[in-house]
Amino acid sequence: MVGEEFPSVKTKNIGQHLWLGIAIALVLIFSLAPVMWQLLTSFKVNQDISKVPTVYFPTRFTFGHYIELFTRRPFWRYIFNSAFVAIISTSLALGFGAPAAYALARLRPWGGRVILTSILLVTLFPGILLFLGLLEIVQALHLGNNYLALIIPYTAINLPLTILVLHSFFQQLPKDLEDAAKIDGYNTWQMLVQILLPLTVPALFTTGILTFIFAWNEFIFALTFITREQMKTIPVAVAQLSGASTFEIPYGPIAAATMVGTFPLVLLVLFFQRKIVQGLTAGAVKG
Amino acid sequence: MANTVMMSKLHAIRRQEQITAGIFLLPAAILLLFVFGYPIVRAFWLSFFAKNLATKLQPVFCGLDNYARMVGDGHFWQSFWIATTFTTASVILELLLGLGIALVLNQKFWGQGGVRTIAILPWALPTALMGLAWAWIFNDQFGVVNDILLRLGIIKTGINWLGEPTLALLATIFADVWKTTPFISILLLASLQSISPDLYEAHAMDGAKPWQSFYQITLPLLAPQILIATLFRFAQAFGIFDLIAVMTGGGPGGATEVISLYIYSTVMRYLDFGYGAALMVVTFLLLVLAVASASFLLNKSRIAAK
Repeated sequence: MVGEEFPSVKTKNIGQHLWLGIAIALVLIFSLAPVMWQLLTSFKVNQDISKVPTVYFPTRFTFGHYIELFTRRPFWRYIFNSAFVAIISTSLALGFGAPAAYALARLRPWGGRVILTSILLVTLFPGILLFLGLLEIVQALHLGNNYLALIIPYTAINLPLTILVLHSFFQQLPKDLEDAAKIDGYNTWQMLVQILLPLTVPALFTTGILTFIFAWNEFIFALTFITREQMKTIPVAVAQLSGASTFEIPYGPIAAATMVGTFPLVLLVLFFQRKIVQGLTAGAVKG
Repeated sequence: MANTVMMSKLHAIRRQEQITAGIFLLPAAILLLFVFGYPIVRAFWLSFFAKNLATKLQPVFCGLDNYARMVGDGHFWQSFWIATTFTTASVILELLLGLGIALVLNQKFWGQGGVRTIAILPWALPTALMGLAWAWIFNDQFGVVNDILLRLGIIKTGINWLGEPTLALLATIFADVWKTTPFISILLLASLQSISPDLYEAHAMDGAKPWQSFYQITLPLLAPQILIATLFRFAQAFGIFDLIAVMTGGGPGGATEVISLYIYSTVMRYLDFGYGAALMVVTFLLLVLAVASASFLLNKSRIAAK
């Protein structure tokens, strides 16, 4: 009824539709163009890549750059390294972060507010402030070129976000549930594992996607602590592709390598867009 | 009597709770202290020592020498101003663009979910890899930006984007805006969705035009969220490393060498650990200062909103 009396509020006229359409098209072009350009480049033969004026669509479609990556370089190994480090550090961040988040949300620990504030502050430190101190530890413990040199810092840099997201999750969970479980004779440990943990799985999953993305994308620690070719992660290995050739920058292989390194993350975004949004807003809003 | 029994029982429960909380917090706390706390403290400590090739990498106490050197170090000031320019420009552009995109994504239209998914994509992709993609897009000989500008007749000959100081900085800012605008859009979209449509309807009934509603309802309600997003982005942009390292390596002639690149090469290339540590300390203190003033503003805006 109100909508009929004030059509300007509820329905859009043709002009507004047009503007919205243009705006949506611009958002799509803005977001996709660089990735699409790299995708197109990765399928072009070298003559097309270095032709002036630019050839937009491959005249001859080739998988050559991809094949080169996997035959002439240990690309499976890079993928494995990135995946392994990201999965282990994600699991550890969840394993360390979930109890901490629960304690902060429910158990009213001494100094809880201070702890939460310092955790929020810590998320603002860029890696450049940490790499020197960590490098010394890595050297002292002989952890260079060891997965642990990445797994430990990645777990730690993901802990603040994990704790903040799960903290906001636990706060929203009705406390009655835990009280009821206690009345039914569950002890604290049983209550946590049998009642609370199953409820927490979706929140853990949401957080895990974010931490996986951060770990997969990390650059400065991977660049500093890993020098052996076999141990490199995707971002560093690809960034060093251009330096590997003395003659010219291998644009085709670089484009193909970019696509290989981004593909897992494109999949994650396609399938879990909603969860990523949930996690990011929970991490930033409630903190 | 019954009261004191109750009290002591509550006390026991509370103590039990505290112990459990301690056990739950301990592993995370140890890890955070180890990875965040130690390097910062270590940087403070090292900043009072000369530890470089001249001292054969042995720490020699030198008081405030490193800080004195910083005052006269043109290289440091240059990288500091480049980082400040980069940060200011990209954060402002990201806020404007992010707000615009959030407003678009907040509309109801067919395929809204799909468009939102695509709009998030840049944020999730590895910065180092997309830095390579942008370097290719801005390539002077074969880059697509030059090709488009040439075809449109805007330029007559190709521009050496990454080879000219100002243009190179512009290109890195553009790439950063592309990469991180989605983060702002996501945060702002979430708060846009939490604004009740009734507010706009009531406002419209009072005769307000849409742009008036935007200024009088939308912006004030988004203010805290905008501040939080700005704070996050400010800290990240000021410490930017991967994007610039990959796109320009700090070049041409140091034109894009932001503070983190300067710190990195001081430590890793010139092996000047003491001075590198002092640079870290100053960057750290500047960030803390910025965060403190931003949280002060945030508190004020929250109080004002109430």
